Amino acid sequence: MDLLPLLISALKVFGFTFLVIMPLIAYSTYAERRVAAIIQDRVGPNRVGIPATLLGFRKDFKFFGLLQPVADGLKGLFKEDFTPAHVRKAFYWMAPAFTAVPAFITLCVIPFGSAVTLFGHEIQMVIADIGVGPLFIFAIASLSVYGITLAGWASNSKYPFFGGVRSCAQMISYEISLGLSLIPVLLVFGKLNLTDIVTHQATNGWLLLPFWNEHGSIFSEQFWLNNGSWQLLLLLPMGISFFVFTTSIFAETNRMPFDLPECETELVGGYHTEYSSMKFALFFMGEYAAMIVGSALIVTVFLGGWSLGFGLDQLLLQTTEGGWKWYAGFVHMGAFLAKTIAFVLFFIWVRWTVPRFRYDQLMKLGWVVFFELALFNIFLAALIIAAPHIGLLYTALIGFPALAVLAAFMYFITRSVEDKRKKKVT
Amino acid sequence: MAVVKVTRPKLRWYEHLFLPALLKGLGITLKHAIGAVRGRASGASDLASSGLGVTMQYPEQKWDDQLPDYYRGVPALVTDEQGRERCVSCQLCEFICPPKAIAITPGEITSTDPWAKVEKAPEEFDIDMIRCIYCGMCEEVCPEQAIYLRQDYAMTGTTRKEMVNNKDRLYEIGGVREGLVNKWNELK
Repeated sequence: MDLLPLLISALKVFGFTFLVIMPLIAYSTYAERRVAAIIQDRVGPNRVGIPATLLGFRKDFKFFGLLQPVADGLKGLFKEDFTPAHVRKAFYWMAPAFTAVPAFITLCVIPFGSAVTLFGHEIQMVIADIGVGPLFIFAIASLSVYGITLAGWASNSKYPFFGGVRSCAQMISYEISLGLSLIPVLLVFGKLNLTDIVTHQATNGWLLLPFWNEHGSIFSEQFWLNNGSWQLLLLLPMGISFFVFTTSIFAETNRMPFDLPECETELVGGYHTEYSSMKFALFFMGEYAAMIVGSALIVTVFLGGWSLGFGLDQLLLQTTEGGWKWYAGFVHMGAFLAKTIAFVLFFIWVRWTVPRFRYDQLMKLGWVVFFELALFNIFLAALIIAAPHIGLLYTALIGFPALAVLAAFMYFITRSVEDKRKKKVT
Repeated sequence: MAVVKVTRPKLRWYEHLFLPALLKGLGITLKHAIGAVRGRASGASDLASSGLGVTMQYPEQKWDDQLPDYYRGVPALVTDEQGRERCVSCQLCEFICPPKAIAITPGEITSTDPWAKVEKAPEEFDIDMIRCIYCGMCEEVCPEQAIYLRQDYAMTGTTRKEMVNNKDRLYEIGGVREGLVNKWNELK
């Protein structure tokens, strides 16, 4: 048996999880606090550094507080791990792991970069290059609802229980729009392998910036002769998809406008009220890991993943035979991480801008608005994709009227639901 | 009282989408973030702040010189211009002190002293700063204007003993206070 592939896989697991994502989680908590501070005209944690004065030096090294996550981690480890007497011990102990583990498992299908060639071996910069990418992520990520629900239930205390129930309902509701909003994207790509999806975007333009294809950029004539306008037309359903998908990811990861499971004003602390020390830190880590995986998925699917874009990949990193240069993977990984970090910062920015939703508003947004929007979007994307095949005449005569009828029908249904609700209230 | 009936404003169709309001909010927070990074956060110029937000970076920056005159810091004893102690150990401050932080041992001025007419001066004067609540009642009650709350606020120590200010220390913090003191008037 050849041990080398196994060794490479183990190295990739270790490297991506512990050397890339773990520091990213730690520093996203730091970024959260610093960005929150500057948005609110404050300073934020800027003190923790190397306490050199303790060792006899004249000055401390502060590094803008960049060692704050280390201090937080140490604090989590050394705090008393208190288990209340009234909890259900087994589930209480399992719950933090159930939240943190799925978030880390989903990492394995995210392509961090193209491929690097080291010592004659081509190494894909993805842990598991499997053909069901996004489906795998949905399947595993939805397991994290168990962690939160179990935490709420096992705590055997009313506020954590409310938190657990809320998060259960919320995550199940938003999973529907999450899945449906991705279908138009898959219609465009026609495949589920995330590496293939990114490669496709590198040559044919990112889904949200389709301004070039393999024949040239938007400024060249060749772009328009080769389905350029069709590519731009697809921007409409893809934009809707992006919006619904991003918002659903916000809800899935319990981030701010939808963080009702840990709504401090109503639920003390939410599902983790009864937890302390490292168990609490695990919930925290799981949450941030989910956020990073979420933004990585959005970047991969909608924003070109690791590709540099604008035809730069072909120009700079491709060899004459069509393969990648040996160091291409590292450059691509840098691009991917830059995009992911930018998106994480966007998550944080939104958190400190938008106030929390009321629970019925949250449910209405999920079931009445996003579900219908995503469903309509599938038909819209399908029609645009099918238009070149069935001809313009049929599209105009049958396709668009059918779409309009569908939209009107959905609008009518949602309005009737709305009216019934209002009548009940009065 | 008149009942004011507040009606919710009627939203236009694009306001129903909430997206314009969302973008406006994002713009406002971004403006604040950029302002804070450039050192122009709102209120950054007030109170000698660090510039990064309104917060002052405490041990490096202090607003000692911006303390108002009426600031109530550590209570201390004062002397007059000639270095004579004003306190006559009447113990009014000891009695008024709500947390009982002051402990005075009265002493007599010997008859050979040129100021024997003043009769008394404190032998011991301890203020326990762990107990003191900085209420300023001692200052208010003192008939000889001998005890004042000064501007010091960073009163620290590592033991309980260190936190008790004795007489020497109190005079050191208090310093000199000018002004008329009747007891030194030889004619009265």
